Amino acid sequence: MQILPAGDRALLVELDGLDEVLGYYTALLADPAPHAVDVVPAARTVLVTTAGSLDELRRHLMSVQPLTTAQSAGDLLEVPVIYDGADLADVASLLGCSPADVVERHTSEQWTVAFCGFAPGFGYLTGTADWNIPRRSSPRTKVPVGAVGLAGEFSGVYPRESPGGWQLIGRTDLQIFDQQRDPAALFHPGRRVRFIEAS
Amino acid sequence: MITVLETGPLATIQDAGRAGQAALGVPTSGACDAASYGLANRLVGNQPGAAALEITFGGLVLHADTDLTIAVTGAPCSGVPLNAPTLLRAGEVLRFGLPRSGLRTYLAVRGGIDVPAVLGSRSTDLLSGLGPAPLEAGTTLPVGRLCGPMPGVDLAPVADPAADTLRVQITPGPRRDWFTDAGWASLLSQTYAVSSNSNRVGVRLDGIPLERARDGELSSEGMALGAIQIPPSGLPVVFLADHPVTGGYPVIAYVSAASLAGCAQLRPGQGVRFSG
Repeated sequence: MQILPAGDRALLVELDGLDEVLGYYTALLADPAPHAVDVVPAARTVLVTTAGSLDELRRHLMSVQPLTTAQSAGDLLEVPVIYDGADLADVASLLGCSPADVVERHTSEQWTVAFCGFAPGFGYLTGTADWNIPRRSSPRTKVPVGAVGLAGEFSGVYPRESPGGWQLIGRTDLQIFDQQRDPAALFHPGRRVRFIEAS
Repeated sequence: MITVLETGPLATIQDAGRAGQAALGVPTSGACDAASYGLANRLVGNQPGAAALEITFGGLVLHADTDLTIAVTGAPCSGVPLNAPTLLRAGEVLRFGLPRSGLRTYLAVRGGIDVPAVLGSRSTDLLSGLGPAPLEAGTTLPVGRLCGPMPGVDLAPVADPAADTLRVQITPGPRRDWFTDAGWASLLSQTYAVSSNSNRVGVRLDGIPLERARDGELSSEGMALGAIQIPPSGLPVVFLADHPVTGGYPVIAYVSAASLAGCAQLRPGQGVRFSG
């Protein structure tokens, strides 16, 4: 673990990878740094902004021990999906299997929200199997709200219509981000997710 | 109530923003020049965090539907009273001319602009599309009651935003080592010009591209206000209020807290010099 500078009001904690990031982030939620404002996990880092002093923040960040993957597992969200995405056949050929196998693999995987970004409520979900799906060579200018996609090691759901380069395998009617709802975002770091084939 | 007659290039409702939700992908947003915004609220006795108007490069025309106590701060527009609490009578029209320096002017109304809050804030976030839409001609703005006693101040002595080259204090960022020493020296020695592509997300700078010490891609990581990100063009982007929560380009440096408000007042074509 390394603590890197990030201006007068933040520090960036660099860790070994997604599991350690989630373990560190969860530990920080349980034992928050005094005066911390935002804690932002990402692929290899956790950014912490503070309204207090950087020295105080640094001392706290040094003292935090990442939790294990089992300890950092959050509650389970089930997401019903209609698997009729425009890229389902392409993903199947990339994985060397049938579209039905892609659905089987996607629904049997235990996904975890590793971190959020790109848009409010957009979660980067990681699984346990070896997903490695290249992005589309040309991104779509319009991906509909609720589209379920794959890119790299991640799966995700578009929280609203936006441009996007992920391979689309299906769609959900579940509104994963609703600014009028409390909580607005259904995906938050650490939450476990299971996709279910909707009939 | 206030009625918008004309908007100028861009006018939005802003408050202290949506801090604390970055882990959900929700940017902080809020007033770009937090110092001027805070001063405007104090001058009319508003609670901190009351919503105000952020006016970009003048041009806003407002009609007072009721008697209002207002204060205007930030970029000094012609035709409006500056840095002083002022009574605007029902029926009067307030016209913001062009600012003589700076870019963003703040109008606080005693009681605050009372539109519905989204995720705890009335700020318009242009990147994420959260909060109220930018003002349009015909928009009516209700006034709330987020105020306490008047401050007993007639005029706040504030310097105008810089009209010529702005000196910006910086500290090395988390990815300083992605750039050569020559690259760092170039960041500190050249005079950049503010690009017309700048907006509430960030100030884009034109100049000589910086030399990187290493190739490859950075994993996306959290970014805070004032991050100086270097995209593949080698030209810096200084992140302002609507910056994304995470970014995938290396952050060579951060703007010091004391220089943030000045960066929010930079206008296209203006010069910028960084000091380490």
